[in-house]
Amino acid sequence: MKKLLFCLFLLSQSVHAEIEVYQFTTPELELRYQTLTEELRCLVCQNQNIADSHAELAQDLRRKVYEMLNRGETNPQIIDYMTERYGDFVLYRPPFNVKTLILWLAPILTLLMGGIGFWSLLKRRDNSNERLSDSERARLDKLLHTKKSDSK
Amino acid sequence: MKLRFILPLGAFLVMVIFLAIGLKLDPHEVPSPLIGKPAPAFTLPQLHEPQKTFSPADMKGKVWLLNVWASWCASCRQEHVYFTEFARANPSVNLMGLNYKDESDAAMQWLARLGNPYKISIADKDGMAGLDWGVYGVPETFVIDKKGIVRHKQTGPVDVMILQTVITPLIEKLNAEGE
Repeated sequence: MKKLLFCLFLLSQSVHAEIEVYQFTTPELELRYQTLTEELRCLVCQNQNIADSHAELAQDLRRKVYEMLNRGETNPQIIDYMTERYGDFVLYRPPFNVKTLILWLAPILTLLMGGIGFWSLLKRRDNSNERLSDSERARLDKLLHTKKSDSK
Repeated sequence: MKLRFILPLGAFLVMVIFLAIGLKLDPHEVPSPLIGKPAPAFTLPQLHEPQKTFSPADMKGKVWLLNVWASWCASCRQEHVYFTEFARANPSVNLMGLNYKDESDAAMQWLARLGNPYKISIADKDGMAGLDWGVYGVPETFVIDKKGIVRHKQTGPVDVMILQTVITPLIEKLNAEGE
């Protein structure tokens, strides 16, 4: 049991060693560090942000963000630094420009197309259920009436 | 009524085309926004003579290559053969090596054993110069023109084909350009 506990202790140590700890002078700076590292993509393991990634590149990028924050640089300055080197791809929230036009407008367009399709379908169904003419209504009433009287 | 079948079929075909193109793309190849921009500056010690430094500004007026490599990187070893061949065949080409996040001893042993194609090797121990150049996966190779502008980036190992059809013609073209 003691051995097992010791092994678990060792494991927990190695897990914690992966993400380094940075000290911040103000809580506001720490919050900015967190939001920035969560919005930047790690280019090695592309479906992770640099806050979650254990890749060496992510470590370096975190360090860079930390250094830039401590130097008093603003969030846009840090984002610009990253996009100048790695392109818009480094951002999890891509900017709205000519290149990303389709990306941003596709959901709205799809919704619009679906809406139009659904609307025309409803309209067509409305037309096919044409109202009964007077003679048809009279026949229907008569049928219903006879049914009722039969069951009595 | 025919439209009812043609429309979904058309939409499906468009989707198939997009997905087929998507399959062919390599998501690991991130186009470098550095192309056409001045090479990021740094001043770093040289690998073999740490008291001497190297800076991209030293190369003003020359066309040069910067190959980012490390002794721990398997595909660097794969491309190394082609670079040693290339350097032997083209002694006039300024091929510089940026030793990225590596132990200097291991790097020098590597070069001593496998051959040294680089005119100058630069030691970027903490990888911060690499970060400035947008390096995200070694090996990477940059071609810089006489004005100090980055003109091409090759991500991943080079081979004979790339050296012959991309790198060499580009160097010739850039050499012909004025300063």
